[in-house]
Amino acid sequence: MNDLKQVNKSKKRVDAKAKVTGKAKFGADLKFANMLYGKVVRTKYPYAKIKNVDISKAEAYPGVEVVMTAKDIPNNTFGVIIQNQRVLAEDEAIYIGDGIVMLAAESKEAAEEAAKLVEIEYEELKGIHDPLESRKPDAQLVMEGTDSNQVVHHPLRKGDVETGFAEADLILEREYSTHYIEHAYLEPEAVTVVPNERQTLVSVYGSVQNPYATRDAVARVLEADLSQVRIIQDNMGGSFGGKDENISSMAARAAVMALETDRPVQMVNSREESIIESYKRHPYNLKYKVGATKEGKLTAMEIEAVADSGAYACQTPFVTWRSVVQATGPYEVPNVKTDTYGFYTNNPYTGAMRGYGSPPTCFAQESLMDELAEELGMKPDQLREKNMYRQGSHTASNQKLDNHTVSLQEVLDKAKESINYDKKYEEYSKEQTGEKKRGIGLAISYRGVSLGAEAIDTTGGIVAVQKDGSIILYCGLAENGQGLRTVFSQVVGEELGVNLDRITYMEADTSVAPESGSTVASRSTFMGGNALKKAAKNVKETMIEFAKEEYGVEGEIIFKDNALYTDSGKKIEDFSKVASDAFHSGVFLSSYGWYKAPKISWDEETGQGRPYFTYVYGCQIAEVEVDTGTGQVKVLNMAAAHDVGKAINPANVRGQIYGGVVMAVGHALMEDLGFSDGFINHTNFDEYLIPTAKDIPDIDAIIVENPDPAGPYGAKSIGEPTVELGGAAINNAIALATGERHYDLPLNLERVLIGRDLSREG
Amino acid sequence: MEIKFTINGEERTEQIKPNQRLLDLIRKDLGLLSAKEGCGKGECGACTVIMNGEPVTSCLVLAAQADGAEILTVEGLAEGDKLHPLQEAFIEAGAVQCGFCIPGCIMTAYCLLKTNSLPTRQEIRTALAGNICRCTGYQKIVDAVQLAADKMAAGGEG
Ligand code: FES
Ligand code: FES
Repeated sequence: MNDLKQVNKSKKRVDAKAKVTGKAKFGADLKFANMLYGKVVRTKYPYAKIKNVDISKAEAYPGVEVVMTAKDIPNNTFGVIIQNQRVLAEDEAIYIGDGIVMLAAESKEAAEEAAKLVEIEYEELKGIHDPLESRKPDAQLVMEGTDSNQVVHHPLRKGDVETGFAEADLILEREYSTHYIEHAYLEPEAVTVVPNERQTLVSVYGSVQNPYATRDAVARVLEADLSQVRIIQDNMGGSFGGKDENISSMAARAAVMALETDRPVQMVNSREESIIESYKRHPYNLKYKVGATKEGKLTAMEIEAVADSGAYACQTPFVTWRSVVQATGPYEVPNVKTDTYGFYTNNPYTGAMRGYGSPPTCFAQESLMDELAEELGMKPDQLREKNMYRQGSHTASNQKLDNHTVSLQEVLDKAKESINYDKKYEEYSKEQTGEKKRGIGLAISYRGVSLGAEAIDTTGGIVAVQKDGSIILYCGLAENGQGLRTVFSQVVGEELGVNLDRITYMEADTSVAPESGSTVASRSTFMGGNALKKAAKNVKETMIEFAKEEYGVEGEIIFKDNALYTDSGKKIEDFSKVASDAFHSGVFLSSYGWYKAPKISWDEETGQGRPYFTYVYGCQIAEVEVDTGTGQVKVLNMAAAHDVGKAINPANVRGQIYGGVVMAVGHALMEDLGFSDGFINHTNFDEYLIPTAKDIPDIDAIIVENPDPAGPYGAKSIGEPTVELGGAAINNAIALATGERHYDLPLNLERVLIGRDLSREG
Repeated sequence: MEIKFTINGEERTEQIKPNQRLLDLIRKDLGLLSAKEGCGKGECGACTVIMNGEPVTSCLVLAAQADGAEILTVEGLAEGDKLHPLQEAFIEAGAVQCGFCIPGCIMTAYCLLKTNSLPTRQEIRTALAGNICRCTGYQKIVDAVQLAADKMAAGGEG
């Protein structure tokens, strides 16, 4: 492993130059001849009967080509898990982002003007905006054709909690809540659909996170074959889980209009439209009960987590499934009873967001561990060390952790050392004078890699060596900004001994690359890396066979520095020469690689099994200063230690850590949709505040490497674990500083100052 | 109405509408796509260009205000194949993730380095406070600006 040339190196990103020169084109930068501009008219109310829609004035507006409603859509519903999301609302609007009318015109201005002329008659109805209300048996139903508002329920049962609580010397019961989070990708959604292009019915270009999911949706809506719908995804201005179902519905709308007019249709959201229509992170209400002996051994945990699914099912079944697996945190607990639920409401629908179902449970459970430590008179890290997973531990699902390195102690030690935890903890535990008080808090986690038992977990890739030795890579996973093009190029470059400037990772194109599942669940490096490594290995074997025969060499052949060498170090030929000779001898130098994730299992009734094939471990520590006069919380320092298996590109990994930590700081302290009774009041960055460069300090990113036997070069994942820890770490730091514990996010001024949020009742 | 201005060193005369935004003039009429629209409200900085030596959020500037102005966008930074030290530094420091905010960040940093050739990290953070980035956590962007400052001090460029 020591003579790696491409992998485990901080290579420059292969797409950086295009992005610093302004040449990289994003969804809204695309132009097609004869293109129309689409626009959607959305509901005025979160829940209303649509009594009448009059589009005549809009149709008559100069430049308008087409105005359509739900009636004009071949198949109006789609969804990744349950197909109940509507492209346009027909009889009733069930959340504030529901679209009712769509239209396309010669210019953006004409489309905007025409949209104002659409007349919709509503009967406003009283909606249901709290999942704790909608779960009641007599609650009014949000979704037609259901007999309850429950989207999903995941139980987990291990041991017997009654016995466990009876053994406890101390029992704590606490309730927590977390809030909506907007992905706030900097690029608002943008899609262009070109009809009857490239042998297909429609080509879809734009900021699509999951090309195959969007293809499924568009094909379903158009009632077309998958082969007739082509999704091409190139540069994307961030996604974080957020450009999936909302992009699918945008693409479906544009596709219907493009076919109707036989002209390309582009749709680009304004920030306001984006925030109003797009799905969010699930808000959770969480009840935790934990029992421990006076020595600090956990005896039982009982958890109920209720997630707000909003108007559609979207990914609630899978999001809450991750919650059920990780709800106890990384601790050995002999007796566990967990129930996670999702319920429909007339609120914004909720779906995938970086971290998926873990940030809410992690916030609650790691805040609870700190409070438990305090009650037991223990240091927070000591209580954790007493209970956390070690090699061979059994999880709440009774999975034995023995096929990879369980590195909680290592991440904890490294984060502590880097921020000087022990000394600062001691110092901040003493009485502090003055208005500004400091605190330090930590959180640890384990996280399942990839999809787990959510869905089939496979990825394919193509490595195609050209006759001049340059290489083209295809994979169905998408570059969302995270650096996947570079990482995949490094893996293939390493395998074939070729430098990155000879490798091109193509845009994701569903008509070329094999269906690879979604670019989610921090699975891409692991899954795509394995698939492309396999493909590269196949090509390598073909080249070895050819070289032996053609150049009469024997023994091992080494691929490095753009050439092939004998095992004694003698150069055989340049890689490009071998490629050319092979091509001209009729040898096929391309290969598919297909990777299927290791076996997993899950019992729906008991939540027992092997939900994920491997895990990553992380620890984050926050040092804060609280102004007790204003409630202002300043993050002074953050240390984040993450075991990634092996860093294919350490600079990229650090970039992921910095970005994730800052996102978590935003979630914990400031981000707030101003949500009330189904309405979103903060619809742009002047009110929905996210961290700016001056809100945060430099972060200490610590990469821990314990190679995973199944990962490409030992690599696992990094994107999501970085956002699940910050909330609890900051909450714990605030508690140490002020002596007061908080149970609800965000930790804004009012909450920290007076213990509740003035804009809400809570 | 007609306006005259210089953009990336080139003199232009354009017909504009009175309510047209500078951002649309640059993107649509001139086809310079580096300036991005992230909020349309002066809050995100993705549309930042330099007008008469100052960074402006071009979504809030009327095209008419550009009459007689000198404008610089990211497209105007490189000289042929030779990237500007800021562009090199953003690549080398690994400051680019999705890249949507990057042109705006580079333009803001360009102005900062004009007035403060060796800024501290805190000064860089303050200068960039109007440029939102959701991907990078800003740390490597700050690294990149420092690196560019060093490069420019060493090479006397920029
Ligand atoms: S688009 Fe101009 S500041 Fe955001
Ligand atoms: S790199 Fe994505 S917003 Fe900055």
